[in-house]
Amino acid sequence: MAIEPGSLSDPSNSKDRLTLPEEAKGVWSDIKENRKSGISGVVTLKSEELFAMARKSSLWPLTFGLACCAIEMISTYMPNHDFDRFGVVTWPSPRQSDVMIVAGTVVKKMAEPIKLLYEQMASPKWVIAMGSCATCGGPYTRSYSVVMGVDQIIPVDVYVPGCPPRPEALLGGVMELQDIIQNEPRKKRGL
Amino acid sequence: MSTDNFNQYTTEEFETATRAVLGDIKATVEPNFGELGIVCDRSDIVAICKIVKQDPGISMEYLRSISVVDWVEHMEVVYHLSSIKHMNRIVIKVVIPLEDLKIDSVITVWSGADWHEREGHDLFGVEFIGHPDMSPLILYEGFEGFPGRKSFEIPVQETFYGD
Repeated sequence: MAIEPGSLSDPSNSKDRLTLPEEAKGVWSDIKENRKSGISGVVTLKSEELFAMARKSSLWPLTFGLACCAIEMISTYMPNHDFDRFGVVTWPSPRQSDVMIVAGTVVKKMAEPIKLLYEQMASPKWVIAMGSCATCGGPYTRSYSVVMGVDQIIPVDVYVPGCPPRPEALLGGVMELQDIIQNEPRKKRGL
Repeated sequence: MSTDNFNQYTTEEFETATRAVLGDIKATVEPNFGELGIVCDRSDIVAICKIVKQDPGISMEYLRSISVVDWVEHMEVVYHLSSIKHMNRIVIKVVIPLEDLKIDSVITVWSGADWHEREGHDLFGVEFIGHPDMSPLILYEGFEGFPGRKSFEIPVQETFYGD
C-alpha cells in the first residue's frame, strides 16, 4: 500500500501528532533508542514480588515417583501436556530442587527417605501431594504399611485428588502452586 | 525319548520321567491343572529341587516364585518351577506344621530364591534354614506380626481423618 506524502501514516510527517516539550525530547529519544536495542519500557514492582515471579516461573521438581501416579506425572512431562510450558523441569537432586511432587503411595518404609529428601531440599521449597494415597491414604485406609497421607510427615502446599489424577489435574495443581507462590509476599505482610 | 528337542514331552511322559528321576524319595507326583504337582516332605525339599534342576530330562532351571499359603491348620510352601528348555512346569508343595515353621532354604539351588524366601519370612514368619540374610525385605525393621497370616489383625491407625 502506497503512503501519500503528508498523510498521518507517513512516519516522516509526525510533527502534527507528537509535540513534546523541549526538555522531554531527550528522554523520548532515549526510550526510542532503548526500544531498538531491545530494552523497552520499565516495570515497577516490589523486589519480593519480582523474586516470587522468578520462583514460580522456574519450578524444578525432584525426580522421583512412588507408584502408579508417577506414570501420570511422567506423561505430564511428555510433549502432549508439556510441563516445560510452566518452567517445570525435573532435577534429579534435592539440593537444587524447589518442589517435591509426591506421586504415589507413601509406605511406612519409604516415609524416612522422603523426610530426608525434603530436609535436603533448599528453602524456599513446596510440596504437591498427588493422588489419593499421598493425600490421605486413599484406598489403603486401615492398612498396616501405608502412611495416611504424606502430610503426616512433611508439610503439603497443594493437594491434587484423583486415583490417579489426569495430567490436566496435575497441571492445575502446579498452576495453583504458582498462585500460592505469587501471593506469598502479600501473605507475609498479612494482606 | 530325546531330551535335546524342544517341547517333546506329553504330560504322561513328563510325569513318568519325573517319577523315574525322583527314585526312592517319598513323594506324590500327579498332573494338576496342566502343571505337574509334587507333594513331598519338608526334609526332602532340597534333594528334590536339586534333582529336578540338574537332571537334563527335567531341567527346571527357572524358579518362578515361592509362595506360602496359610491353611489355618497348617502352612504350605509352594515352589513354582519352569523349564525353558522343555517348556514344562512343576509345582512342588510342602506342608509344614504351625508349631515348627521351618524349612530348608533352596538358595543353594536357585540363587533367585533369595527375595522370595525373605518375603515369605516377612509376611508369614516361615524360617528358611540356610538363608544368609533374613532381614525384612518388604516390611520395616521393628514391625510386629505377620500380615500374610489369616490371624493377623490390622492395627488401628494412629491418625484417622475426621475422627
